[in-house]
Amino acid sequence: MAKSATLPLKDGQIRKTVNSFLQDLLSKKVVEAILVPVAHPAGNNIMQSLVIDPEYLEQADVFAPVLPVISARIVSAMTRLTPVSKKTAVVMRPCEMRALIELVKLKQASLDNLLLIGIDCPGAYSVEDYQQFAAESSSDDFVKALPKRKEDPKLRAGCQICQYPVPLTADLIIGIFGTDPGKGLLLLADTEKGEQALEELGLTTETDGEMAKQREAAVEKLLAGMKEKREKFFEQAKKEVGGVDNLATTFAPCIECHNCRTVCPLCYCRECFFDSPTFELEADKYLGMAEKRGAMRMPADTLLFHLGRMTHMGASCVGCGACEEACPNNIPLLKIFQLIGDNVQKLFDYTPGRSLEDELPPTAYREDELQWIGEK
Amino acid sequence: MAEKDEFEPKIIGFLCNWCTGAAADLAGTTRAQYPPNIHPVRVMCSSTVDPVYLIKALLSGADAVMVGGCWPGDCHYVSGNYKARRRFAMLKTIFEALGLDANRIWIRWISASEGPEFAQAVREITAETKKQGPSPLAGNWAL
Repeated sequence: MAKSATLPLKDGQIRKTVNSFLQDLLSKKVVEAILVPVAHPAGNNIMQSLVIDPEYLEQADVFAPVLPVISARIVSAMTRLTPVSKKTAVVMRPCEMRALIELVKLKQASLDNLLLIGIDCPGAYSVEDYQQFAAESSSDDFVKALPKRKEDPKLRAGCQICQYPVPLTADLIIGIFGTDPGKGLLLLADTEKGEQALEELGLTTETDGEMAKQREAAVEKLLAGMKEKREKFFEQAKKEVGGVDNLATTFAPCIECHNCRTVCPLCYCRECFFDSPTFELEADKYLGMAEKRGAMRMPADTLLFHLGRMTHMGASCVGCGACEEACPNNIPLLKIFQLIGDNVQKLFDYTPGRSLEDELPPTAYREDELQWIGEK
Repeated sequence: MAEKDEFEPKIIGFLCNWCTGAAADLAGTTRAQYPPNIHPVRVMCSSTVDPVYLIKALLSGADAVMVGGCWPGDCHYVSGNYKARRRFAMLKTIFEALGLDANRIWIRWISASEGPEFAQAVREITAETKKQGPSPLAGNWAL
């Protein structure tokens, strides 16, 4: 039933085609602002930018394989106090959009007046790897090589085991999976809002078009493949990090900079429990703790911090992998958080970011569930 | 066997004010016998026990932790223990996924009138923890 349109390729380039579509959104007043990844003048950097003047969209690059900031955080920062008053489009990767949906449920963002544009996500590199990549290659090369790509060990850890490389709640989807970019770019409306946008753009739409069907088949195959890959990954992860000794080894390089928490799109608390006075102790308390143990690793409470964070946001972890990217000492945080996240989410049959209707597991309950808890 | 008997586990109990806490009082006033290994902490509701408290207790030297709440459906605050149950299930799941001893984390629904049941629960948890031996998390200097 989904309506779609095909954007003819401009000069054979995907990037140009997407950018011209985004420019149309502004010039035809479908929206008045767009939050989108834009190439910045200095170095090979891409950052999310809020664009009003269509001219700046010349440098937009939505498929550039890099994910410096999870844009859900940006949308949250913008809309936490008041929703945007003007129609604004946000171009997001699937994981970013899922994080945004979780933040809306946590009352940290508003979708009012937003047009969610999702992309079929071919994955991303670390900022450093991207800068090297961009020096000699382009996002077009990256996307066009996709059908032939098997494994790309340089992809971020989160992308390697991505559960949903396709947007789940977008109004409009820029689809590349299973389609031949040479024939044009697929623009798929997934909601009424999206259909309306296609109409306002004056695009010729079709229902259940050939390209949309091809994409659907490809996506199904892709998701099944990812599921298998994830199961193997979790088996391996459990062996690597499981148990007290392995956990101690894994977290040994942690310097408690809390970068993982700072970049996490789900860690929204204004004041984190782990920064609270609970953890401000007198010197003698430390000496006492050290005396009891013989010695004590400092800074203290490393495992407590990580386990605590897992219990606080594990149910909503979308697996974006920002934590692992931000860790200065390469602790495999994504691996651990996805391992526990997957288990916790299965327990409550919950998919973070799938829908605004699904209740956040820690805030809801069913009277007749979990009967095994508290049994003798 | 003699060596094992020497191990006296430390168990931190987070007992809700309205049910399990009252049951502990009743166990005391009716002179029900139970091991002194449990160190009770009174909380207003089982739902006020953030899993972090349990983890902190386990990392600070407890060999087991116990949460005591009202029976599901009988919460003094209507639904607190249902939410505690979810959080508790989450914590157990996390421990299992990470290969940590999930069976050192206990929860029991014990009403205010169930003094003997409280004593029995403490006996059981103490015996089980003695069997398991000292927790590898307890007072681990490198964590």
